[in-house]
Amino acid sequence: MNPRQPPPPRREWSLRSRAVRGVLYQVIALGVIGFVIWFLAHNTMENMRVRGIQSGFDFLTGPAGFDIGERLIPYESIDPYWKAFLVGVANTLRVAIIGIVLTTLLGTALGIGRFSHNAIVRGLCYGYVELFRNVPILLQLLMWYLLLTEALPDPGSPLTLGGLVFLSKGGISFPAPEWAAGHAWAVLGALAGVCAAWFYGRRAKVRFDATGDAPHKLLPQLGLVLGFAVVGWAVGGAPNEWRMPTSGEVAVTGGGEVTPEFMAVLLGLTLYTAAFVAEVVRAGIQSVPLGQVEAARALGLPRGNQMKLVILPQALRVIIPPMTNQYLNLTKNSSLAVAIGYPDVVSIANTAINQTGRAVECITIIMAVYLTTSLATSGFMNWYNKRSAIKER
Amino acid sequence: MADTFTPIAPRSAPIKTEGFVPWVRANLFGDVRSSVVTVVMIGLLVYWLPVLMNWLFFKAVFAPNTDACQAARGVGACWGVITEKYRLIIFGRYPFGEQWRPELATIALVGLLVASCVRAFWKPWLLLLWAAVLALFFTLMGGGILGLEPVPTDRWGGLPLTIMLATLSIVFAFPISVLVALGRRSKLPAIKTFCVIYVELIRGVPLISVLFMASFMFPLFMPPGISIDVLVRVLVGITLFAAAYMAEIVRGGLQAIPKGQQEAADTLGLSYWQAQRKIILPQALALVVPGIMNNFISIFKDTSLVTIVSLYELTGAMGLALNSDADWRPFKIEAYLFIAAIYFAFCFAMSRYSLWIEKRLNRSTTR
Repeated sequence: MNPRQPPPPRREWSLRSRAVRGVLYQVIALGVIGFVIWFLAHNTMENMRVRGIQSGFDFLTGPAGFDIGERLIPYESIDPYWKAFLVGVANTLRVAIIGIVLTTLLGTALGIGRFSHNAIVRGLCYGYVELFRNVPILLQLLMWYLLLTEALPDPGSPLTLGGLVFLSKGGISFPAPEWAAGHAWAVLGALAGVCAAWFYGRRAKVRFDATGDAPHKLLPQLGLVLGFAVVGWAVGGAPNEWRMPTSGEVAVTGGGEVTPEFMAVLLGLTLYTAAFVAEVVRAGIQSVPLGQVEAARALGLPRGNQMKLVILPQALRVIIPPMTNQYLNLTKNSSLAVAIGYPDVVSIANTAINQTGRAVECITIIMAVYLTTSLATSGFMNWYNKRSAIKER
Repeated sequence: MADTFTPIAPRSAPIKTEGFVPWVRANLFGDVRSSVVTVVMIGLLVYWLPVLMNWLFFKAVFAPNTDACQAARGVGACWGVITEKYRLIIFGRYPFGEQWRPELATIALVGLLVASCVRAFWKPWLLLLWAAVLALFFTLMGGGILGLEPVPTDRWGGLPLTIMLATLSIVFAFPISVLVALGRRSKLPAIKTFCVIYVELIRGVPLISVLFMASFMFPLFMPPGISIDVLVRVLVGITLFAAAYMAEIVRGGLQAIPKGQQEAADTLGLSYWQAQRKIILPQALALVVPGIMNNFISIFKDTSLVTIVSLYELTGAMGLALNSDADWRPFKIEAYLFIAAIYFAFCFAMSRYSLWIEKRLNRSTTR
C-alpha cells in the first residue's frame, strides 16, 4: 500500500485563506489611515486658505523681534527665527544634560539608601521617594520658582558667601574666568587627557587579564585629564583673568550668572526624577539574587565593596533600560519650563506661534527636536546596555 | 562513692534578637557610622521639628484675615487663604450657587473609581454602572436638562475637571491601547508599522506638544464651520497620549504569556480574535493591572499640564484664585501646599492600591 501523498497546499483566491484576509485587512487599514490623513490635510489647507493663514517654514529666516534672557549662543532680537529656535534648543539641552547628571547621582544615592542599616536613613529615603513622585512635576516647578523668587532676599541685599558668590531673587552670581584663547587650549588639553586616560584604562585591563592584579584606575585617569588640561592652559599663555560679581545698590552685576528660572527648572526636574531613579535603582538591587550577597559576605568583602564589586555591576543590567526611560522623561518634562518662563524650545515656539500664527510649523519643530533627542538618547543607552549585558558563550 | 549528679552551669541566654531594644540596637546603633548618623539626625529633628510644627499648626493662622496672616509671616503658615478661597480652588470658575453639582458629580465619580478597585465588583454590570455614573456626571456638570441651569464647559474647573480628564482619558485609551498592542505584535507588516510609528512618535514627544496640537491644530483639522469644544480636543489629546504608553504596558503583558497558549488555541481551531479574547487577553490583562494603575497615576498628575492651554483644572484654578487678588497673592505657597496635598492623597492611595493588587494577582505564583 502506498502511503497517500498529502494533498498539495491549495492556493486559492478565497476569503477563507488567512493570507488573503491578511492582505485584505491591511489594504482596508491603509485605506482608512490614508483617508483620515487626506481628510485632515485637506481640512487644514482649506481652513488656512479661508482664514488667510500663510504656511511654510520661510518665516524662519525673518527677524524674530523678541529678546531671550538666557542664551548660550550669541543672539539679538534682530536675529532670524531659526537662531531663536537654536537658542531654545541649546537651553533645553543644557537643563536636560545637567539635570540627568545630577538626578543620576541623587537617585542612585537614594536608591542605595533604601538598603541602609540605619532605619532613619531608610525611612528618609522612602519618605523622599513617596513625597516627590506623588506630586505633579508642574506643581513642583511652580513651587520652586515661587520659593526662589519670593523667599530669597532682594538683589540689592543678597546673601553672600565670602563676597564671591551672591544669592538673591535675581539668581546666583559667581566668579567666572574671562574667556581667552588659553581656555580653548585647556579644553583641547582635557580632550587629549581623556584619550590618554582611555588608553591607560585599556592597558590596565590588559594587565589585569594577564596577571590578575588590578592597578589603580580612577585616580591616575583623573590625573591624566587634569594634567593635560593644565598643560594646555599653560601653553595657551595661562590666562588668569576673572570676572568678579559685585554687589551694587539695586542688583548684583558682573561675573557668571544663573537665573532663578534655570535654577527652578533644574531643581524641580532633578528632585522629581531622582525619586523615580531611586525606585529604578532599588528594583535593580533587589533583582540581584540573595546568594550573590551572601557569597560576597562569605568572601569577607567589606560592605562598601560588596555593593561596588558584586551587587551594583549585576544590578546595572536591570537598571539601564528603565533608567533610559527616566532620562527621556526628564528631557521631555523640561518642556514644562514654559510655565515659569525659562526660554526653552517650547517657550520660544510658543512665542513664535503667537507672533506668526504658524502653529503647524512650530509644533512640528518642537516634536522634531524632542523626537531627535529621544532617539539619540535611547540609541546611546541601547549601545551602553549592549556593552554591559551579560557576555554569554 | 555514690556519684552525685552535679549539673554544669547553664549557658547564658542568647542575646535577644526580637523586640524593641534589639531592633534599636541593630537598626539605629549598628556600628559607629550608623550611630553618628542617628545622633545627627535626631539632633536635627529636635531642632527643626518644633519650627515646622509651629509653622504648620501652632502659630499658623486659620482665619481668613490678611492682617493676622501678614503678622505671622515667616513663623506661621496662613491657612486662612484656603478658608477664604477653597471653593474657587476646588471648583474653579463654576457658578458659585451651583457648586453642589460638581461636588455631587465628583463624589459619584470617585465612588465609582473606588468601587472599580474592588475585585468582587469586576463583573459585567460594572460597565453599566460606569455608563450610568458618567451620564450622571455630565448631566450634573453640564446641566441644561431636568431644570438644571446649563453651564458651558469653559466654566468647568478645579478638582472635578482633573478627575474627569484623568478618568475618561484612561477609559478611552484602554481599548485603543489593547488594539495597538495586538497590532504591534501582528504579522501583517502594514498594521505593525503603523502601530510602531504611532507608539514611538507619541512616546518620543512631551505631552505639552500634544496639548499644543490639540489646542492650536485641531481647529484646523476640522471641516470649515465645525468647531469642537476645547475640553473635548484636550481630552482627545490626552487619550491618544495615554494610549501609546498603555499599549507598551499591554504589550509587556502579551509578551509574558507563553507561546504554548497561542499554539494551544490554534490547535483547538480558535480564530485569531477568539484566541485573543478567550485565551490570551484575559491572562495578559490580569498581569498588567498594576502597570495600568501606574499609568493612571501619571496621567492624573499630567492633567495639571492642561492649565498651560488655559483649562482651569486644580493647578490652573489655584492660579486663577490667587493671581488676581493682591491681598492673598503673598500666601500662594500655602495654596500650593494645599493642592499638592490633594494630589498626594490621590496618587499615594492609588500607588498603595497598585502594590496591593500586584501582590494579590501574584498570589498564585508566589509562596
